[in-house]
Amino acid sequence: MAERLRIYRELVRAQVRGQASYRLSFTLDLLGNLLFFGSDLLAVLVVFRQVPALGGFTLRETLVVFGLAATGFALSDLFVGNIERMKTYVRTGLLDAVLIRPLGVLGQLLALDVGVRRIGRVVYSVLLLVVALRAADVPLTPVRVLMLVLTPLCGAVFFGAFFIATSTVAFWWVESGELSSSLTYGGRDFTAYPMPVYGTWLRRLFGFTLGFGFVAYYPSLVVLGRADPLGGPAWLSWTGPAVAALAAAAAWLIWRTGVRHYRSTGS
Amino acid sequence: MGFITATADRLTIRNFTEMASLIRTLGASGFRRFATYRQATVAATVTNSVFGLLRTYVMLAVSAAATAVGATAAGYTGPQLVLYVWAGQGLIGVVMLWGWTDLADRVRSGDVVIDLLRPVDPVFAFLAADFGRAAYAMLTRFAVPMVTGALIFDMYLPHRPATYPLFLVSVVLATVVCFACRFLANATCYWLLDYRGVGMAWAVFSGLCGGLFFPIRFLPDWAAALLWFGTPGPSLLQAPLDVLTERDGWPVQLGMLGVQAAWAVLLLWLCRVVQRRAERKLVVQGG
Repeated sequence: MAERLRIYRELVRAQVRGQASYRLSFTLDLLGNLLFFGSDLLAVLVVFRQVPALGGFTLRETLVVFGLAATGFALSDLFVGNIERMKTYVRTGLLDAVLIRPLGVLGQLLALDVGVRRIGRVVYSVLLLVVALRAADVPLTPVRVLMLVLTPLCGAVFFGAFFIATSTVAFWWVESGELSSSLTYGGRDFTAYPMPVYGTWLRRLFGFTLGFGFVAYYPSLVVLGRADPLGGPAWLSWTGPAVAALAAAAAWLIWRTGVRHYRSTGS
Repeated sequence: MGFITATADRLTIRNFTEMASLIRTLGASGFRRFATYRQATVAATVTNSVFGLLRTYVMLAVSAAATAVGATAAGYTGPQLVLYVWAGQGLIGVVMLWGWTDLADRVRSGDVVIDLLRPVDPVFAFLAADFGRAAYAMLTRFAVPMVTGALIFDMYLPHRPATYPLFLVSVVLATVVCFACRFLANATCYWLLDYRGVGMAWAVFSGLCGGLFFPIRFLPDWAAALLWFGTPGPSLLQAPLDVLTERDGWPVQLGMLGVQAAWAVLLLWLCRVVQRRAERKLVVQGG
């Protein structure tokens, strides 16, 4: 086990060194990531220039929802986000090389291209969450603190599960383009706004069936001390960990099926 | 070929017919190339439609909330915003906002040397092929989200007949502007050799300033004016979208085409300058 960890550490270190050697590009990359985050935030701010409240939520309340979702997403993106390059790994045959090495496939792939440059996103999301909580005048109770710690962690597991599950599309369909990211990133966009903004069937599909409603919206109700305008019971807010565990289990199954099904590109 | 220099002698184009046939040939190759990426087209169209759904609901909520307090969302009605969102999602693929790394890849691999040995200017050749690609995208990646959006939502359709040709001209100009921006971003690879950072900066800029994440009109007037005249951003998507949604009368529509045309000329000229400098650099390196 210690030996394995050492190998992973070496893989990660080589990656970090490699990425940092293109200095200007690396800096631009870091900046670009902060810009990405900033642009998402700006989009929300600009939309609220037009209206005082959206779906019954003010800007400050929306930013709490946004901050919770963004922190969870940034964490998962940091650790497993690079798995979305799966189709490149399949096409170039890198996956074949990984499969014959005596280490876990998923672990290797994750270590092969860690997103050190994405660490900025985590920092920014947490900062935003703190500012949003201050702005929304949320008094910190033990229950709220628990929720504030739990939610990004569950969110990270949940988004991570989507990253991994959707990346397996490449096992069956190499030229899948952005198809796999449409669910993950679409889900992230979905979580950025309070659920009442969306139409009924989209809420059912993304919010409940896929589970994105439990990443930020329902937990945020506890933090903000509000009842659900959609009429959901209060205990829904605490289902985050269960939903995340369910998603992770499903992702593991899908991944295993995918790896077993994989038959190389044939060339 | 008698001798090989870093850049070959350019083809002398004697008249317009020759040029037109060259564009046609290169354009047809671009069209055919992308017509073979069928799976990728389907995947991209599905992705665009998913984001279209999400954005539409946000925009409709904005419109409803604005109407409730007796205002409009920056002058757009609900159905106009629906058209804005879905046409915008469709145009991503037409102007090809993201994902073009042909030049950067060729610079990295060294294949670009072959392009320089061809008797056609690289900027011209890439642009001509891009027109073919855009034409194919118009039939697929634009058409499908538009139909999807129109089936699900109450979508505004342009009332004035003149809007349709104006929109097409605007899309052509937007494609040229976007191509030039992509070319310039890719050309940084001649110096940096890694495209990732620049590509990311370009993706953020184009989405934010192009009018994809939110209509530029949602911004304060001074910021909108700054973007329109100071950056090529709004010429990428905002212009064709505003023309199509008929947010303004025809004088403003024509004005937007004018701004687009100015950016197209300026940026293409810049592409030529940058390409020449890059060629000289390659020669100095002994390429």
